[in-house]
Amino acid sequence: MKEIVAIIRPNKLDEVKDALEELGCHGMTVTEVKGRGRQLGITESYRGSDYRIDMLPKTRLEIVVADEQVDNVIDKIVKTAQTGDIGDGKIFISPVEEVVRIRTGERGNEAV
Amino acid sequence: MDPVLNSGDTAWMLISTALVMIMTVPGVALFYGGLTKKVNVLNTMFMSLIAFSIASIIWVLYGYQFAFGEDMLMGIIGNPANLLFSGIGVDQLSTLATTVPETVFIAFQMTFAAITVALVSGAVVERMKVSSWMVFVAAWVSLVYVPIAHWVWGGGFLAQLGALDFAGGTVVHINSGVAALALILLLGKRKDTKLLPHQLGYSVLGAALLWFGWFGFNAGSALTAGGLAGSAFIATNTAAAAAMVSWVIIDYLKTGKPTVLGAISGAIAGLVAITPAAGFVTVQAAVIIGLVTSMVSYLSISYLKPKLGYDDALDVFGIHGMSGLWGALATGLFAAPFINELGTGLFYGNPGQLLTQVIAVVVVAGYSFVATLIIGKVIDRVMGLRVEDKEEIEGLDINLHEETGYRI
Repeated sequence: MKEIVAIIRPNKLDEVKDALEELGCHGMTVTEVKGRGRQLGITESYRGSDYRIDMLPKTRLEIVVADEQVDNVIDKIVKTAQTGDIGDGKIFISPVEEVVRIRTGERGNEAV
Repeated sequence: MDPVLNSGDTAWMLISTALVMIMTVPGVALFYGGLTKKVNVLNTMFMSLIAFSIASIIWVLYGYQFAFGEDMLMGIIGNPANLLFSGIGVDQLSTLATTVPETVFIAFQMTFAAITVALVSGAVVERMKVSSWMVFVAAWVSLVYVPIAHWVWGGGFLAQLGALDFAGGTVVHINSGVAALALILLLGKRKDTKLLPHQLGYSVLGAALLWFGWFGFNAGSALTAGGLAGSAFIATNTAAAAAMVSWVIIDYLKTGKPTVLGAISGAIAGLVAITPAAGFVTVQAAVIIGLVTSMVSYLSISYLKPKLGYDDALDVFGIHGMSGLWGALATGLFAAPFINELGTGLFYGNPGQLLTQVIAVVVVAGYSFVATLIIGKVIDRVMGLRVEDKEEIEGLDINLHEETGYRI
């Protein structure tokens, strides 16, 4: 099992969610976060003064999937969350030792 | 012929009074509250709320009496014959608004005193002690607003000189703008001087309520419900609209995009500039006054402020002081005798009016600046003006009020 953490544009969440549903991935945890990448933010202008806003709002998506599904999920996220412009975000993948469904006590792939 | 109560005038003045009240709470409170950091939103709103209440009490106990009592000491102050609201009969008519009850005129003028001091708060937010602010409000209304109101409106020496101020260009806007400047010189700069509105939507609502209330402020200052009120009403709206358009054009030229803060700042600048002129000038002049005033305030905010380095947090001096200055002078240029027989400006053959306006501006600005410096200095010595560094960094809401604006 792997955990996939995707930092995406907030306005891409619905598209990504629908695409993952097609793959049968229903469960996910979503958080509104702030962050920055290489572009170091954007500029806003108030009463003639320009300010650099260096922490931008992003959406952080966490999903845990079986090993054989990982590539499919990554492809789907890249395809739907991509605009080609700076600020599209990143995906991080890491191994998961165990998953437990609290309601039933099931473990492993059954519980994902 | 003895003056007779006119119920139309009285109804309009009652409505106008309520309209001007809405400008302070919640108009100014929302306008300023949206522009500050989110950790200071409640403190910013509180400053307007408490200013309204303190000024209201002072006004009925002795403020009105000194400002509008019969002139004494050669135009310096009014004779406070009705201290503590004594001897003011229910059916007694006002001497300055002869067709409405005196109680109505007192209430109307009370809302002007309150908004003037509330406006000052915009410059000093995010660093002033709330206890010192409350003392300042009481002292400033008593020692600065009341005498100036007497000089210009209460039959004092500037009124005798013929200074024109229909609804408060000098008494309200130059006065509050210059006082704001004096107080921030004593307070010093904030640690973080960026103007990054935390909730610009509040400010849009605040500006809209200010604009709405301003009809009472300016058209109500006709003191009658007739042609002059209508003329002031349309001039007011025209100047605000022209100034919004003008500020948005400046935005386009500077950054290529219109800004919402620019649009509402322009509207307020236009309303400020037309205030002294509203019942004296034509609608055509109101267009010019509005178009020019955004340039005056924009230049003051984006060039003068950084050059001189003062921390006018929400640009009270830049908008109220500078647009008030332009409006006071423009009244001396554009006052048309066929709109109001009391005022004839330079363009209608009376260059002396412009000189009178300059004198009124210099006297009001000079007195306001010096008196505010003295009041601020005394409060600073006795109780301190500025919050602790830690409180400023963490935010004033949690430290001064033990509340937070947002639960998330």
